[in-house]
Amino acid sequence: MTAPALELKKTPLNDTHRRLGGRMVDFGGWDMPVQYPAGTIEEHLRTRTHSGLFDVSHMGEIDVTGPDAIAFINFVTSNDASKLTDGQAQYSALTTSEGTVIDDLLVYRFSPDKFTLVVNAGTTDKDWAWITSHKKEQKVELENVSANYCQLAVQGPEALEILQQLTELPLVEIKYYHFREGKVDGIPAIVSRTGYTGEDGFEVYAAADKADQLWQRILDSGNYGAASGILPCGLAARNTLRLEAAMALYGHEIDETTTLLEANLGWICKLNKGDFIGREALAKQKDEGPKRRLVGFEMTDRGIARDEQPVLVDGEPVGRVTSGSPAPFLKKNIGMAYVPSENANEGQRIQIDVRGRLVDAQIVETPFYKRER
Amino acid sequence: MANVPEDLHYSKDHEWVRVEGDVAVIGITDYAQNSLGDVVYVELPKPGDEFAANESFGSVESVKAVSEVFSPVSGEVVAVNDAFNDEPEKVNADPYGAGWMIRVRMSNPGEVDSLLTAAEYEDFTKAETE
Repeated sequence: MTAPALELKKTPLNDTHRRLGGRMVDFGGWDMPVQYPAGTIEEHLRTRTHSGLFDVSHMGEIDVTGPDAIAFINFVTSNDASKLTDGQAQYSALTTSEGTVIDDLLVYRFSPDKFTLVVNAGTTDKDWAWITSHKKEQKVELENVSANYCQLAVQGPEALEILQQLTELPLVEIKYYHFREGKVDGIPAIVSRTGYTGEDGFEVYAAADKADQLWQRILDSGNYGAASGILPCGLAARNTLRLEAAMALYGHEIDETTTLLEANLGWICKLNKGDFIGREALAKQKDEGPKRRLVGFEMTDRGIARDEQPVLVDGEPVGRVTSGSPAPFLKKNIGMAYVPSENANEGQRIQIDVRGRLVDAQIVETPFYKRER
Repeated sequence: MANVPEDLHYSKDHEWVRVEGDVAVIGITDYAQNSLGDVVYVELPKPGDEFAANESFGSVESVKAVSEVFSPVSGEVVAVNDAFNDEPEKVNADPYGAGWMIRVRMSNPGEVDSLLTAAEYEDFTKAETE
């Protein structure tokens, strides 16, 4: 007897992905397209040079409302939510008392007493349990509204002109990490100038039952099917795009065993904003200096590093690869890894144990890819 | 539908074998290259290396994954395709032609008889995708 397979969760676009030929995989309990027929490399390159469309409706959304919303968010997250203005978003993290990471997230401020936290799909339930367990006397209402929303990411140098055809919102006026509420193709939506690709682009939140209409209209507006038109992109391209931009992926670069400082996320640790979970541990680690650090590397010999492979310095194992992959735009094999702080310097030669074969690599500056502005 | 040429022999690990006298030409099937996606790296043995049937002789990597490749027959490698250093995508573009991987001088040519025919392999991949 085999146990019945767990029912995978589906975004509102599940049938659409199948119709477009998406290859579906189990991603943290979600049935998601890893790639479409164009293939990961083409999806990646098209996003860098023209535009790509991603279904990220599996991401979770948690509303925090009430007079103590800022104080509550500032207690459970590491960045300083009091610095946000209406219509602004902030990268932040839920931290444990050890300064390690429950999840990374975006904090959206709609008004002084209304915020939305956008969290990772696979951690939404854990985050919800964590956040609600810290609600004591604060005057806040918490609501897990993940199922209400679809979220589509339009990314790439042509994202703005593609989305602009569908909305009267003046997109050019929306600054990076800011958002506006308005209509896209007549559908009430939140349009946020954010993304996970290292490109300019937007993330559009709307009612879940409007996902198909939005998806189709964005593909039409982006000339899907033309040689340089928009392409729907799967999780594999999303991963290689974010890796070239050296953005952390929860469960790889960051988790409950890595602190924010080790992960070079000190810039979202506002130790002077007042008390928050993990502040003490992070302040102590900042004083002492973290013993290990996340670095980017590129292979200098033939071979591709993969997640979890050992990293060696002078023949001794010193760390592990958190993400390793070919970088389709840079045409290099790159990765990120934790190494002792004394080795965490650009130019440091390392080796990666690629299934028993030691392959030379070198620590390099991150991000690997930076778009021209 | 994946292309499955009639005149080849197939393994359940998705390699094909073309018999040329006592030499077996080995590669991966159209079904395999399609499942892998864009191939970006191929690691192959050197001429002179010997493999037993079903032993791993190298690996094929896509952006996302690494797959070992297995020799369907026993013998000594007499040639390897050195085109993959520059053009690993040949595995995707022409899996039964320019995408061949190694030529093996068979030590036991009878092993070929235990491989799948084209029709059997087609049924096998159908069952696997269902």
